[in-house]
Amino acid sequence: MDILIQNLLNALQWGSFYALIALGYTLVYGVLLLINFAHGDIFMVGAYIAFFVATFLLGLFDFAPWMVLALTVPLTMILTAGVGVTLERIAYRPLRRKGAHRLYVVITALMCGLILENGNLALLGASRKKFPELLDKVIYTWGNVSVTNLKIIVIFAAIAVFLLLEFIVTRTRIGMAMRGISYDKFAIPLMGIPIDSVIVFTFVLGSGMAGLAGLLFAMSYPVLEPYMGALIGWKAFIAAVVGGIGDIRGAFLGGFLLGFIEVGVVAVFPSTYRDLFAFSILLMILWIKPTGIFGVAKTTKI
Amino acid sequence: MQKYSFNIGIWAMAGIVIAMSQFGALDLYIQSVIMFIGINIILSASLNVVNGYMGEFSCGHAGFMCVGAYVSSVLSVLFFAQDKIFGAPLLPPELAPLGFPIIVIFSGLVAAVTGLIVAIPSFKTRGDYLAIITIAANYMVISAIENMDMVGGPRGFMGMKRVVNAMTDVADIPWMMIWVVLGTFMSIWMIRRFVSSTYGKGIMSICQDEVAAEIMSVNTNKMKMAAFMLSSGLAGVAGALFAHVLGYVNPQSFNIMKSTECLVMVYLGGMGSLGGSILSAIFFTVMLELLRFIIPAIDTGLHLANILPATYHLSQVWKWVLIPLTLILLMQFRPEGIMGNKELPDLFPRLKKFYKFK
Repeated sequence: MDILIQNLLNALQWGSFYALIALGYTLVYGVLLLINFAHGDIFMVGAYIAFFVATFLLGLFDFAPWMVLALTVPLTMILTAGVGVTLERIAYRPLRRKGAHRLYVVITALMCGLILENGNLALLGASRKKFPELLDKVIYTWGNVSVTNLKIIVIFAAIAVFLLLEFIVTRTRIGMAMRGISYDKFAIPLMGIPIDSVIVFTFVLGSGMAGLAGLLFAMSYPVLEPYMGALIGWKAFIAAVVGGIGDIRGAFLGGFLLGFIEVGVVAVFPSTYRDLFAFSILLMILWIKPTGIFGVAKTTKI
Repeated sequence: MQKYSFNIGIWAMAGIVIAMSQFGALDLYIQSVIMFIGINIILSASLNVVNGYMGEFSCGHAGFMCVGAYVSSVLSVLFFAQDKIFGAPLLPPELAPLGFPIIVIFSGLVAAVTGLIVAIPSFKTRGDYLAIITIAANYMVISAIENMDMVGGPRGFMGMKRVVNAMTDVADIPWMMIWVVLGTFMSIWMIRRFVSSTYGKGIMSICQDEVAAEIMSVNTNKMKMAAFMLSSGLAGVAGALFAHVLGYVNPQSFNIMKSTECLVMVYLGGMGSLGGSILSAIFFTVMLELLRFIIPAIDTGLHLANILPATYHLSQVWKWVLIPLTLILLMQFRPEGIMGNKELPDLFPRLKKFYKFK
């Protein structure tokens, strides 16, 4: 029983990371119908930005670590959002202006991700970075179940972000504009809605979430390397698809589902089987429901 | 005679390359570059069947290559070489030159059957979701092979060099070069026959409009299955040749990066153009090899000019920044690639005298 609860908490933490990244994927896809394949690498960049900001602040003044953390969170989110918006500006927007085929945009996104990964490797070298301790570790134990305060923060952050996004998309004017763009990209500008600024706002939201995820990931697993975003990014994307891409609840659920599957597999089988089982189960889900759990089947007009 | 002069020219060129490598006119490095060019031609042309002619987006091509590489390696070591795991060879090693092409074709067939993982879901799913399925298939193949301790798991698998040595014991000629040339020619011939047949027309109609093709009595499921299986089977053949040229395979050498290389070659050459695939594969491979020498040269130049700090050196990783950058610029300025949807005679009409391209 204790082992079950412990694994459940681990799965919740692992799923939180997936959910945070999957939310970013879903936001961009929902508005632009574009798979932003560079999102996993934006998460990686977020972790690196968090590392640099934190070390810079720690070196600058002798703040208490919690003060540094309080400053690092918004700074990381803002800077990472800047990276996401830059990508949108230099890579995606010209293509959108030209009305290029969707496939070309997807390939561009893939390549941007590779450039971020390998550019990072080429500039900073292959030595791994150690993330500084920003939070005094507190361990709560009930019987054999132990929870660190960080784990609780991660899980609550994911839930809070989900609720915030749900609120923004369903209750605010800019959320209405987003939904409108995904519904009909051609009629929306005619209604006087600035389509470009709404899209930039979408990228700010998605990349900010990725930055937050990067910071929390770096705090939980304090070793940074340039390729950390690739696999997590792919998996989060698959989680978003399984949930039904373009749907915020779907992304959230899909992320947690994937977390549960992976932790469950590792608990029962040797850990090398994790990817195999995770991907196989996801393929099964996609075979049964081709557009994901919450997805709506699209009809094609002839 | 004039109609066949193109074919004769190509075969003569291949013969000259084989003869030069036989009599030591080409050093081993150049030979290996030529062999990788051949393998990359197979990869890009076979991916072009799905991504170019059929208009789907498959980005897990290296997974099928991995299947082909492993199946062929295990079989050839099992049959023709002394090995720690598999013990004595089952057949006399003198039969290696005869058995090797059979093994390569068989591994291609196994890879084609693996292609069903992607082909069956593609009946219902399209576009982005299919892209996910191909990526997942790539990861699944790699993960499955890493979990097989029989073939070395993540440590990789060796021993193919002994099979190649067994072939050279029979006759001292550049066997691998001959197999790569033959494999490349056969693959190109098969793909050209396939896309110019009725099947090919069906596949192109799926690219234009799937619903309309279905209404016009094209059996889309059958077509998709044929295209995916041909594409993955030829990728398996390429993988088999790759494994024997290198003499060592490792599951991680067939990951998403390798799939990306295939994608780069297809989109650089142009979708739906065999000639483009061949040209871009040659260009891309030569480019990669040249960058090995260019990057250190630039590095020393910049250090002499005092632009770079003395502690920082340009590494070979920059190659992987330049390649995606080329593709991004290509997508911005010429998204259809070098020769989008055209073959050579569309650009040079006089070539039609020497060969029937379409």
